[in-house]
This record gives sequence, C-alpha cells and structure tokens, in this order.
Amino acid sequence: MTIADTTAEPRWRRTITFGSVTSWVLRIGITAILVFGIAASVLKDRYSADQWVDLIAFGITIGSVYALIALGYTMVYGVLRLINFAHGDIMMAGSFAGYFVAASLDRSGALNAHPVLAFAAILAVAMVVSAGIAVLTERLAYRPFRYVRGLAPLICAIGVSFFLQQSFRGFFGAGLRSYPDPAWLRAPVSLLGFNVPAVQVLVVASALIVMLGLYIIVHKTSMGTAMRAVSEDVDTATLMGVDVNKVVTFTFALGGAVGGIAGVLFGLVFKQVYFFMGFTPGIKAFGAAVLGGIGNLPGAMIGGIFLGLCESLGPSLLLDGLGVPAPYQMRDLIAFTLLIAVLIFRPYGLFGERLTKKKG
Amino acid sequence: MEHVQELSVPRTGGLLSANATLPLKAGAIAGILAVYAAAVGILGLFAGRYVIVDAVTLGHVFLAALSGACGAYVWSRSGLALAGRTIQVICAGLIAGLCLVALVWLMSTLSLRWMFTALSADLLRTLTFGEGAVGGSVIILVASVAAAVAGAVLTALPSGLRRGITYGLVAVLIAGVFQELIQISLRFGWPVSAIREALYVWGGLTMQGAAIVFIAACAICWLAGRMKRRRRSGDTEDPASQSRNQLLNALVLLGVLVLFPVVAGSYIGQVMMLVSLFVLMGMGLNIEVGLAGLLDLGFVAFFAVGAYTIALLTADSDYALAHYTFLPALSFWTALPFAVLAATTVGVLFGLPVLSVKGDYLAVATLGLGEIVRVLVISDAAKPFLGGAQGILQIPKPSIGSFELADPVYLFYLTLVFVLIAAYVAWRLEGSRLGRAWTAIRDDEDVAQALGINLVQSKLLAYGLGAAFAGLAGAIFATMLTSVYPHSFSLLISINVLALLIVGGMGSLPGVIVGAIVLIGLPEVLREFEEYRYLFYGALLIIVMRVRPEGLWPSPQRRRELRAEA
Repeated sequence: MTIADTTAEPRWRRTITFGSVTSWVLRIGITAILVFGIAASVLKDRYSADQWVDLIAFGITIGSVYALIALGYTMVYGVLRLINFAHGDIMMAGSFAGYFVAASLDRSGALNAHPVLAFAAILAVAMVVSAGIAVLTERLAYRPFRYVRGLAPLICAIGVSFFLQQSFRGFFGAGLRSYPDPAWLRAPVSLLGFNVPAVQVLVVASALIVMLGLYIIVHKTSMGTAMRAVSEDVDTATLMGVDVNKVVTFTFALGGAVGGIAGVLFGLVFKQVYFFMGFTPGIKAFGAAVLGGIGNLPGAMIGGIFLGLCESLGPSLLLDGLGVPAPYQMRDLIAFTLLIAVLIFRPYGLFGERLTKKKG
Repeated sequence: MEHVQELSVPRTGGLLSANATLPLKAGAIAGILAVYAAAVGILGLFAGRYVIVDAVTLGHVFLAALSGACGAYVWSRSGLALAGRTIQVICAGLIAGLCLVALVWLMSTLSLRWMFTALSADLLRTLTFGEGAVGGSVIILVASVAAAVAGAVLTALPSGLRRGITYGLVAVLIAGVFQELIQISLRFGWPVSAIREALYVWGGLTMQGAAIVFIAACAICWLAGRMKRRRRSGDTEDPASQSRNQLLNALVLLGVLVLFPVVAGSYIGQVMMLVSLFVLMGMGLNIEVGLAGLLDLGFVAFFAVGAYTIALLTADSDYALAHYTFLPALSFWTALPFAVLAATTVGVLFGLPVLSVKGDYLAVATLGLGEIVRVLVISDAAKPFLGGAQGILQIPKPSIGSFELADPVYLFYLTLVFVLIAAYVAWRLEGSRLGRAWTAIRDDEDVAQALGINLVQSKLLAYGLGAAFAGLAGAIFATMLTSVYPHSFSLLISINVLALLIVGGMGSLPGVIVGAIVLIGLPEVLREFEEYRYLFYGALLIIVMRVRPEGLWPSPQRRRELRAEA
C-alpha cells in the first residue's frame, strides 16, 4: 500500500484530458461573454421598466407553452427512454384542430357569445385529436422498436415527424391560417399594477391548470403510479403485474393531449397555424425538457419557463449589449445555444438524477 | 400464428368469427388509405397523370392496386373453401369501395374545401367519373370489387404465370410513368426511334404500346425463368471468375454513366449531377453515421461552408474577399482545396463540443448546431460578409484551360471524377485501422476505449472527414448554381442525406449510390410530385426501419448483425 501510494499519480493530474480542457475553455468563454454582454446592456439603459416587464411577461407566456410541450417529451422519455421527435408535430396537429373549431365558432358567433365554453371546446378537441394521433404513432411506428437498441427507433421517430408534418401540409395547404382574434382576448388585464394582454394571462393560467391536472394524474391515480413504476424499472413493474403496453399507450395519449393544448395556446400567442410550426418549438421544448432533467415532470415545467425567459430577455439583455445588430433575429440562436450547452455540460439537467447505466 | 390457426380449426364458431373480421380489416385499411391519399392531395395529382394516354391514369392504378392488394391478402389468408373465399374477397372490395363512396357523399353534401384544400370540385368529378354522386358511387363499388377479385385471381394463379403477369404490369407502369425519360433516350437512330414511335405518342404511352410492353415483359420473364432453371444445374463459378465479372460489371457501368448523359441531354445530365452531389454528401455522412455511429443532423452546415467558401474566394461580387482585401480572385481549382479545408475545420469544430454526447442527444445537439449556423448566416450581423438572405452571386463556372464547363453534362463529368476519387478514399478508409476504430465506437464506446482506441481523435476525424466530403459537394453546388443563398441549406438537406443512407444501407458504399438514385434521382425525374417528396421520405423511413432495417444494399456485416438481432 505504501509503495503503491508513492508511485500513484496525484488524482488531479489524471482528470486532465483534451476533452475536459475543451469543456473548461468553453465554460470560461461562455461565462465571460454572458457577464460582459449583460453588463453592457444594463449600462446602456435603452429599455424602460415597462418594456422589461413586457418582455418578462412574454417570456413567461411562451415559456409556459414550452413547458407543456416539454412535459410530453419528458413523460415519453420516462417510460420508453425514447425521444419522440414527432412530438412537435403532434402539437401542430392539435393547433390545427383547435383552429378549425375556433374558426367554426367564430363564424357562428359563439366565440363572442360564450367565450368560456368556446375555449373549453377548442381545448377539448385539440386534446382529443393530438392524443389520438400520438396513440396511433405509438402503435404503428414505435411499438415494434420497444426493445431495439441503436439508431433504428430514433430514425423511425424522424420519419414519423416528417410524415405527420407533410401530411398536414397536404391536408390543409402550405399557407398560414390565422386564429380568430376576439375583442375579449385583446383587452388588457391589470395585474400587480402592470397591464398585461388578456391572451397572455389566459395562456399562463391554462398552462398552470394543465400542469396541476397532470401532477394530480401522475401522483394520485393508479395509472399515474403505474407510469412512475415503469419509468423506474420496466422489468420490475412487469413482474408486479403492470400492463406495460397499456401504460405506454396512456403515456402517449397524455403527452399528446398536453401537446395539443400547447398547440392551441401557441396559436393564440402567435395568431397563426401552418404545417411547419411544430418543428422549432419542438426542438426548443426538448431543450427545456433536458434542462429540467428529462424524465422529471417539475423539471420540465421549470425548464420551459426558464427557456421562455431566456428567449424573450436574451436579445435585449445580452446580444444588444454585445453590439449585435437586429438582435431579435438571433432569438432562436439563444434557444439553440442553450440547448447545446445543456446537452454538453449537464445532460441530466438541473433536477434530474444522474442516470445509472442500468437505467440508461 | 399458423399454429394457433390450426388449433382453432376444430371450433367452428371461432373459425367463423376469426374469418369474418379478415375482409372487414383488409377492406377498411385499403379504404382508409384511399381516403387519406385523396385528402392529402396525392390522389388528385395521380389522377392528372396518364399511364396510358386518354385511358388509364396513375390514380386509377393506385386505387386498383389498393383494392387488388386487399383482395390478394384476403384470398391468401382465408381458411375457407372456394365459395367462402370468393364471398370474402367481394366483401373486402365492397368495404374498400364504401370508404371512398362515403368520402364522395361527404364532399357532395358538405363544403370541405375550406378545411381540406385537396378535396376540390375537380377531385369530386374525377372520383365519380363525371356521373354525379349516385352513378359515381355505383361505378366505384363495381370497380373496387372487380379490382379485389382480380387481385385474388392473380394470387390464385400458378407461380410462373403470376410472376409473368406481375412483371408485365410493372413494366407497363414503368413505361408509362417514366415516359419522358424513355422517350428522350429513344431519340437517336432509325431502329430506336421506330421503337419509340411504336410505343408512344407525344403525350405518352399508347394502348398499343402498353400491349407490346406487356407481352415483351412476359416473354422476357418466361425466358429468364427457363434460363435460370437451366443454369441451376450448372457448376458454381470459381472466385477468379467472380472477381473478373465484378470488374467487368464495374467497367460496363462506368461506360454507361459516361455515355448516357450525352445521349439523354442536359436535363438528364442535371439530374445525374444532383444525384452525384448527394452521393458525395452521402459518403461523408456515411463516415459519421454509418461507420462511427455519430448521428449528425447538422450535416448541411458543412455543405454550406464549402459553398460559401467557393463563393467568397471566386465570385465577382461585393462580398468576395477579392473585393475588399488584397487577395486576388481565385479560380475554382485554386479555391477548391480551401473549401474542403474550411469544411473540415468546421467539422472538427462541430465535433469538439459534442464529444461526450451520445445517441439521441447527439442528434439533437448536432441539429441545434446546424440551426445556429443557419441563423448566423441569414442574420444582419453576418450580412456585410456573407450577403444575408440575398446571398452571393456571380460565381464563375470551372474551366479547364480556356474551356468552360458550363453545360450540366460537363459538370456531371466533373462531379463523377470527384465521386470516384471520394469513393476510393472512402473504400480505403472503411477497411483501414481507423475504419475499424469507427466501427468499434459505433458498437460500444466504452469497450472501444477500454481496448485502447482514442475516442477523441477518432470522433474528430470522423466529423472532419465527413465534413470534407460535404465541403467538396458544396463547392461543386455553388459553381453549378453560380450563386449561394442561405435558404439552399436547410435542415431538409440533412434529412435528405440521412434518408438516402438509411434507405440504401448504412455503412455501405453501394448503398449510398442506390439510396441517392432512389431518393434524389426519382424525385427529380418525377417532378410533378415534388410537393409530396418529403411525405414519401417520412413514410419510407418508417417502412424501411420496420421492414428492412438494413436497407436496400447493406454491407454484409450489417445484414448479419440486424438479422441476428431480429
């Protein structure tokens, strides 16, 4: 033992590799850029307090939508260890379904006459359509790969994503369709002394209600318990009598339903629906899910809000300070950079457990 | 499954109930597919394309094939006697037809156009053969049953006859669908043009031509069958003969490649050039995905770097380096190494941040990196250097001496030379120590590391070399278009290249070529279906992954692996 101790390398020397040096250089570089950019932007004092509040409110709003989409990813990953690349397109399907209901109600005048019932109907149809499509994709495209390792499930997921996306392009055309914009949606709401558009309050409130409902389902129902059991260890859950196929299908339906709601809310915020709309929010929401710890439900919610705030505040708070012209063009850049940073430095996320090899 | 069916034979009730659902299921699937094709717009497009002029459209063929497949399936799976089977086939055909009839009635009574853009009045007229809802419904049902019965009859025939008829029908379909390509090819010389005139009029294949093609294909199939049976009794060839045959085949193929564009003209040259570009890119991505198992969805970024580098170094433009630096404008040949070098550098830089990322996360990380490159290139921040959304224009064509390679055919030859060089390099890499290191990394990173493989070096080399191929393709692409725009380099290019790898067979050089022909060549030749290209890609990825995960032309190793797993 004494001889071994004498000859052994000091521990800190063994950790120096090319990869770790690169990692640390990247971290230091990113930190420096962040500090400099934020300081410069704040000192420039270009934006008023009201404008900052607007940006924060928008960030929370869009972050709520990302959180809902992220929940779909995180639930499916929890039970299957599979990234559902088509989830963004399932959200797009829900948005279209919601659009058609909204357009019909608007045409018949019901949207203004009975706003609460109309909104509930829109969400209900979106949920059903998205859940149905999610279950179909699970049944036809993912189930055969339940126990396959390697790239095949991932590539099949990409195929599903393209198939759904282009199918909806064929069904409804490549152009934009605009969500109805009733007066009660545009009216400002006074909240904590600030005026916020009603649509943003509606979106955040709806998202919170859905998250609460989801929490209740996952923690207070037998199917939710079964989901968590399968997430923990699928083989042991099977031994305990859990019907894994049923749980997986239910998880896809639940994730799809939440995605459908997210699609409607997204449509309300951005006022338009088109076949490619699910792609970018889908990727960003996946980043949010990873940031929060993939497989972790509260983490996905927090990750989504955080991403929304970064995306909303980032161009003004960071890029403007760095002197980048037209910083809002680069909004997606911030989201994607955050995604990559999380995947590289903290793939298990803020709240996730380090996945053991057994689970992985 | 068969065993269970055998067990259920004694129980009459079970047998009846099991067989009762068969036509319902098969008919419903065929009907739903037909309705889906109508709603998504494919059926309308097919209906506008003749296979036999003024007689048979692709829409007819599609619907008949659906019902026919449905009838064939029911016939082959049914456990009943002749009369019962026939009734089941008819029921399946009726159910398939009923789905379409339901759609027709829906379209007649409701205004679905505001929702489904493809469900137009034109489509309704097409579906009902101009007869209105009632008459059209009757025609649909009768035609559907007839097609199902025909499919069943075809299945019931002896195998030789069935094969002959099948090949004949497929030959007619090919002759009809690819009639432009075939007519272009049959332009020169009296006997060849005589054949063309016998088969085609200006608009396409004639009924007489279809009959000739059908009979010829049947005869060839029969002769081939006879020859095969005769050869089976012969001896197996020795390895030396096989090797000589392979070399001879390769030389013949190369000769065809060189001569065909001259005969076929600029349009075909253009198509072949595009296919070659994607073969180049496919070989690059094959190193990353196929050999090393590193799924790279941001691959298009390397392609873009190659294109932009050529633009910056050679263009007669305000954005070219020659315009605002002391550097002279370079020729294509001088700039080409820099394009490859720039792409390789970006490839290595891509690889650095994602060294520790694996599997699904790697796909998303590289996708994000690719999107970052795209956002940067299109942004106002980069506009002074890269031209923003307007791109960089006035890129010169390559020249050899004073001879400018302006025609697509010449550019195809240029690309072909590069493809051959790249194929040789890729082939050598595949069998090298580095290639085996990549294969080990793909199979299990931890084991590979334990065996002494330097993961960092191997991965970065995979990214760099893959990017080099893409940069080369990008350079040729820029000079082909004589301009570069950010929108030419979308995620769809990456998906294109990945899809051709999957379909052709990952890790296989012949697979890359087959995949490129199927996924790039066919859509280019069938231009009117461009709108649905990516729909087919998505469906194709799913189907290939489920039915034939090793691809159309897999490497022998991969075929063994995947079959062992299945």
